Amino acid sequence: MNSLIFRTIAPLLVAVMLVFSVFVLLRGHNEPGGGFIGGLIAASALTIYGMAMGVAAARTALKAHPLAYAGFGVALAGLAGVLSILFDVPFLTGLWSSFEFDGVEVAISTPMVFDIGVYFVVFGTISAVALALEDDEGGA
Amino acid sequence: MEVTPDIAIALAVLLPFLAAALAPLIHRLVGDLSGWVVALVPVAAFIALWPLLERTSTGEVVRVAWPWAPSWGLELSFLIDGLSLVFALTIAGVGAFVLLYSGAYLKGHRQGRFLGFLLAFMGAMQGLVLADNLVALYLFWELTSVASFLLIGFDHTRQAARRAAIQALVVTGLGGLALLAAGVAIYAITGGWALSAAGDLKGNAAYPLLVGLVLLAAFTKSAQLPFHFWLPNAMEAPTPVSAYLHSATMVQGGVYLVARMTPHLGGEAIWNLTLMAFGGATLLWGAIAALLQTDLKQMLAQTTLASLGLLMLLLGAGTELAVTAAVLYFVAHALYKAGLFLVVGAIDHGTGTRDITMLGGLRDPMTVSFIGTIMASAAMFGLPPLIGFFAKEEMYAALALGQLESLLALAALVLGNGLLGAIGLALLIKPFMGQLLTTPIEPHEAPVAMLAGPVVLGLLGIFLGFIPALVGELAVAPATSAILGVAVDTHLKFAVDLFGPAFWLSVATWVLAIGLFLRLDLARSLLRRLATTIGWTFDTGFDWVYFGIVRFAGAVTRLLHHGRLELYLFVVFVLLVVAAIGPLWLMDGLPRGPQSLDLRFYEWGLVGLAVLGVGTVVYARRRLFAILALGVQGLAVALLYLVFGAPDLSFTQFMVEILSVVILALVMTRLDLDSADPRPLEDWARDGGVALLGGVAVTTLLWAVIEGPFDLRLSTFFNAHSVPIAHGHNIVNVILVDFRGLDTLGEISVVMTAGIAILALIRGARRQRPVEVVPAEPQPQPKRRAARKAAP
Repeated sequence: MNSLIFRTIAPLLVAVMLVFSVFVLLRGHNEPGGGFIGGLIAASALTIYGMAMGVAAARTALKAHPLAYAGFGVALAGLAGVLSILFDVPFLTGLWSSFEFDGVEVAISTPMVFDIGVYFVVFGTISAVALALEDDEGGA
Repeated sequence: MEVTPDIAIALAVLLPFLAAALAPLIHRLVGDLSGWVVALVPVAAFIALWPLLERTSTGEVVRVAWPWAPSWGLELSFLIDGLSLVFALTIAGVGAFVLLYSGAYLKGHRQGRFLGFLLAFMGAMQGLVLADNLVALYLFWELTSVASFLLIGFDHTRQAARRAAIQALVVTGLGGLALLAAGVAIYAITGGWALSAAGDLKGNAAYPLLVGLVLLAAFTKSAQLPFHFWLPNAMEAPTPVSAYLHSATMVQGGVYLVARMTPHLGGEAIWNLTLMAFGGATLLWGAIAALLQTDLKQMLAQTTLASLGLLMLLLGAGTELAVTAAVLYFVAHALYKAGLFLVVGAIDHGTGTRDITMLGGLRDPMTVSFIGTIMASAAMFGLPPLIGFFAKEEMYAALALGQLESLLALAALVLGNGLLGAIGLALLIKPFMGQLLTTPIEPHEAPVAMLAGPVVLGLLGIFLGFIPALVGELAVAPATSAILGVAVDTHLKFAVDLFGPAFWLSVATWVLAIGLFLRLDLARSLLRRLATTIGWTFDTGFDWVYFGIVRFAGAVTRLLHHGRLELYLFVVFVLLVVAAIGPLWLMDGLPRGPQSLDLRFYEWGLVGLAVLGVGTVVYARRRLFAILALGVQGLAVALLYLVFGAPDLSFTQFMVEILSVVILALVMTRLDLDSADPRPLEDWARDGGVALLGGVAVTTLLWAVIEGPFDLRLSTFFNAHSVPIAHGHNIVNVILVDFRGLDTLGEISVVMTAGIAILALIRGARRQRPVEVVPAEPQPQPKRRAARKAAP
């Protein structure tokens, strides 16, 4: 899509979408959102970037193969489950902890780590498929 | 250090597997000495197991159990009694010499792998004879089959070796499945996996089934008629393998199974007569087929069949004397047959041939092999005072006084032993006596490592013959007691009863053997002519069945996997319709449908938008337009979700719809299709009909679900527990990442795998593309192609 307007606006749009996807991911436990939807938003962002700047640029921006992100996600989700075993509770039992940051209580938990894993899997897989389909010159 | 039974079991069963993994490394470190090093593994097992003889000889049963899968009630349990100990000591003892021999027999880089396979087999075989748990028994049983497959096919560049390996695996694998079924049946009946706790199963209704399954497993493993054909073919394996797996140990697995099952299943006519009939037939078949052969290894293979049949026959007879004879014969056979195989390997190694007609006069160049053969042949011939003689005396004594079937069995035994004796004489006299014949290699003696086995095993056969009372007390009587389930005293003693019928039957056997030996060439040519006349063998029968199954599978695959995408989709959607409506219609559960449609105006608007989208999909002339219209319909559905209070679902639906439109559009440009849909009218009607039916079916199903009572239990549970347990207000998300986290973990793995598969598909399509399109040219306008169909 060789449009100057699109190419100019795309990076801005992509940046906003990526930030929004992380926001959606993190609010997911209490408000509508979560890893799956966040991953979809991030993947859409990357698809737009690929359309505007070319697949090669999108791949360069990613640094790693998109499926590597998916693999990392599965591993992260699995590790979040394994962590429970170290605390002598069944696999995938949620572990919670919280700390104070600037006067606000911030909760961290293994379900959150798990959800981040889901985010990466969805992002990586959809991006991989979309980029491969956009790419005409090979290198899937 | 006190060697407790669990250490002994670990040394016998687990250490070989560990050593198997290390064998290639050991070979790299010590080179051609590896045979000597790995032989220490069975020696350690032997030394650890030996003291237990004292305990089992008093009738004690030693049990060792380790936790395995407690939640399934499974423990890795082992049982050492007279029977399993005799087998375990034989496996360890013969195994030591076979490993030593292999180190010298097979030189070069493949030795490490070969020794590894042999060690893994040894561990599996020890596990098989020591296991008490039925699951473990099955596991080790199959592991021996796998090890046998690897070892038969070790020389995998030869087609014959590959075929023999597959044949052995298929036949013994069939038996393995039968054993698994038998194990499950016993578990269903008794409620436990421990075989020792199974008790007497004869009264059970499933008894005939159990007998059939166990005997099928035993007959395939121990190569009984009509499954015998794989064993002679298994001689494609290197000679130490034939000596160890295919005569002394693995093929005895079936015999062991029958012996082990005798307390649980034995005693009824169906068990005893089946064993006697098949055992007797195999005995005679093998003994006669041995006469046909001129290859020394094939002769031995056929006599092994005969000996296995003989053991089955004796176990089938089932009397105290017969079982004693079987145990004695098992030990004697393992000693002499392993020795003979090892000598044959030495002859092959030293002269370059195994053909009995090309060998002669080897007594001078291969004196030590000659001595080993004398001892083994004498045992096979059954001369006193070798252990083989006592085994023969026992079996004759067992059957001499009895019913018709006993007398028939006795006749088969005398005839079979006579034939085996003749082969024993032929193996000794033909290659070693007479004129020295010229052979492919100048005859020379084998190295020490290859001679240790035949000589020591032969000497052992003689030595045990001098102490029959002790052998009886320590090994034979405890094993017999374990098989029969009652305490048995030994009656073996170092004496020959010159006036008993057994001795005169022995004499008759010898006369028969010598007579047959003198007429061996005549018998061979007669049998050859007979075999040519028949022209059909069990081996060709196997091929017929085996390749028949392969052809059948091919035909079924071609029928179902025809490669026409529109037919696949047609079948899938028709089945979807049937699955959705069929059960409702059959069980009278068709919904009544909505009574009134009470929708607000904006809800009507959204429904209208969706209908408009779908209608546009159908009427659109251009594909890109149809895809966009489909997206409009999807967005309308997403808005409906939002209106009915499911923001999460709606949110996701939005994203999925957007990405679907993008990806579908990308796929369409890649497929290089016509921009319009060129389907003929009848295809259009068929696809449209299926689409309409699909819509009706899904709608009906949904209505039926809505009309049913709404089960609130899950909603209540999640509402109540989402915040206190999982600290989250968004129930959907909490379910996904916490309550049903394992499901999600599985789903994301599937998502990733699907991604990999899609990339592979795209890459495959790309590889074919350059044939059609010249890549250097700028892409011209999409060419119009012959009518290609796309899925709607």
